[in-house]
Amino acid sequence: MIASFWRNPHARRLGISIVAIAVLELMTGPPGNSEAPTAGIRESFLEASSFFGLFRTARWVVFFFVAILMFAIWTLLLWKGSRIRSGISSVLAAPRAASQRRPVRWGVGLALLVLAFMMPHIETDPFWQAAMVEQIAVYVLLAIGLNVVVGFAGLLDLGFVAFYAIGAYTTAWVTGALPTPPPFHIHFNPFFAIPMAIGIAMLAGIILGAPTLRLRGDYLAIVTLGFGEIITIFANNLYGITGGSQGSNPIPHPSLHLGPIHYVWGLKPVPYYYLTLTFVVIFLVAFSLLEHSRVGRAWTAIREDEVAAESVGINPLKYKVMAFAIGASTAGFAGVVTASQSNQIFPSSFTLQFSINILVLVIFGGMGSIAGVVIGALIIQTAYSFLLHSPPQGYQPADLYMYLGALLVIMMIFRPAGLVPSRRRKREIRLSESGEGHMDEVLTGDTP
Amino acid sequence: MGAFGHYLTGHLATLRLEFWSLFVGGVANGFLYGMIAVGYTLVYGVLRLINFAHSEIFMSGGFGGYFVMKALIGSSVPSGMATVGLIVLGIVVGGTVGALVATLLERVAYRPLRRRNAPKLAYLISAIGASYFLFNLAGKEFGRYSLSMPQPYINHPVFTIFGATVQLYYIVIFIAGVVMLFSLDRVVATTKLGRSIRAVAQDAETASLMGVNIDRTIALTFIVGGALGGAAGFLFGLGTGVVYTMGFVPALKAFTAAVLGGIGNLRGAMIGGLLLGVAESLSVVFVQAAYIDVVAFGILVAVLLFRPTGILGERLGRAA
Repeated sequence: MIASFWRNPHARRLGISIVAIAVLELMTGPPGNSEAPTAGIRESFLEASSFFGLFRTARWVVFFFVAILMFAIWTLLLWKGSRIRSGISSVLAAPRAASQRRPVRWGVGLALLVLAFMMPHIETDPFWQAAMVEQIAVYVLLAIGLNVVVGFAGLLDLGFVAFYAIGAYTTAWVTGALPTPPPFHIHFNPFFAIPMAIGIAMLAGIILGAPTLRLRGDYLAIVTLGFGEIITIFANNLYGITGGSQGSNPIPHPSLHLGPIHYVWGLKPVPYYYLTLTFVVIFLVAFSLLEHSRVGRAWTAIREDEVAAESVGINPLKYKVMAFAIGASTAGFAGVVTASQSNQIFPSSFTLQFSINILVLVIFGGMGSIAGVVIGALIIQTAYSFLLHSPPQGYQPADLYMYLGALLVIMMIFRPAGLVPSRRRKREIRLSESGEGHMDEVLTGDTP
Repeated sequence: MGAFGHYLTGHLATLRLEFWSLFVGGVANGFLYGMIAVGYTLVYGVLRLINFAHSEIFMSGGFGGYFVMKALIGSSVPSGMATVGLIVLGIVVGGTVGALVATLLERVAYRPLRRRNAPKLAYLISAIGASYFLFNLAGKEFGRYSLSMPQPYINHPVFTIFGATVQLYYIVIFIAGVVMLFSLDRVVATTKLGRSIRAVAQDAETASLMGVNIDRTIALTFIVGGALGGAAGFLFGLGTGVVYTMGFVPALKAFTAAVLGGIGNLRGAMIGGLLLGVAESLSVVFVQAAYIDVVAFGILVAVLLFRPTGILGERLGRAA
């Protein structure tokens, strides 16, 4: 009976809608805790399980109607979907064509940049000024860095946090905030830690990348995953070097004394915002140029068909290591900002979840599309800051990763190329789905 | 002999003293790794991809077993047949929950992509997303602190072997591990299901032409792998308690074991699990306990770099 029910497309859609909404209820509903590990589920479902109890709480009324709404929209999409889609695309045709034109792109980019520089003056709430640095600007930077690795070179790096940690610990080290003093006797101020952290993060990218990037993509993913975890273990246990789980000593704020320019960063977040924004712009310009350079084309070639790329004289390993190192450099810089602004660093800030968070920004925005990644990072991190600022009832900060995980699955099912897809990536995915091209070789090594 | 020589001889003496007790613990862990590793290897055989969310199958099995133990065990510790019954029930429930989660996972995170013939990168990302979703959902629902499982027995030493005491917990793992791994081996080698798994692993397209239902076989493969992973989750939780992040490290190690034995190779995964468990347990003599995970990870990288086909070799399609 269940099988025949399941075969009926309407019943099936309704069933899936209800299950999806039930899962959503679990996700957004009351949480459980370790003393009463089923409290959340009980409050969400069991206490409302009898027919009359079903509508006892307002939540259930809402969710019931959301399920019906989902079913209705789904049915509508199946019925009129192609017409709606063609309607939307004809409406979007003009803006889309305009967005391809270079002057328009530059204009929009410049306007956004001006807006970004004005932002601390528009929004003066201290929470948002801090969030602008800690939650948004730094993450935009990290996302465009990871985009080089995942989007341009097609390497799934799950240990991005390692380079961020290396950047942060390098800052602590050269400013003398770690138990181990640096070999030179001057304690740099964190501003001069920037080149060092970027350099050391790049070096770490090369050291980690040179052996592991020979591996197939899925193995690479798991090795980088392990590497990210190992970094935390080392940071936690090497008391003599990193200060262990107690964290580092206080890290001084950066200051710049360069000829006539004197500037001291302090506790206020806004100056850090401008520092980060400057570097975001520098990296954005550099990576846009890189994308269409010889190196960027080599990455595309490797990503699409490694064997063919090799046969025309591209050394895949060299370019992959390059992507790793370049991606690592942004993480290194982000580490400096975090370390110098937050004054003290702890191993517990450098967890695997962080890598996944950045990965979601890249995937959501659109792998390989710089504009997409920036937009994706802005949307997700702003939403996250909103949740942090005024958490809805039952929301705990760690729930974020639940939503991000679900978002990854949903994106892969419905829009694998991301919100603002890179045209090239979209084409690759389409070709791969129709059985053309060899995009998968990088990942599986299944040479036909 | 320099300082390193002294370091080595000192530690080798400790190793000689501690060898058997470490060995026994290592074998017990090894059985758990083997039980998780076969899940990776089976899925790899039929789909050619690493099921990143396998750790969450393990975790959910652990929670399934936890809730059964919590519901059935009162204030007094059961004994005799009640203990045996509870352990078997825990394994069955853990396995069932694991199989259920694996099925859902396949349905939601993999099948839509397979229908579209999506690139492998999409599968990996979808699996990572599913893994994050599942364990954080568990964290939200069940709390984020470790819950110790009500014990169905008093964990007393049963006998000693070469001076090493073997506790009841280890014996439970040995018996459960041997029974499950042996029957899995037989199922894959002799039954119709096993034959279809092997056929799909060898060549999915040809298998479908020969009348093998690929969707069904893949779903069943997930169920079998999920059941073993979930049961392992219960057994693991029995010793160390359950928490929403419990899957990550054991699964990473089980993956190492699967690669060590040769991914896609069923017996390889079992042997790899045992080897890794023992190697990691013995490494305690040489490094601090905190670095055990680093040792396992080092083994993974070394195997991948120097012998990516593992000890027994990748036997894609032959052993599934």
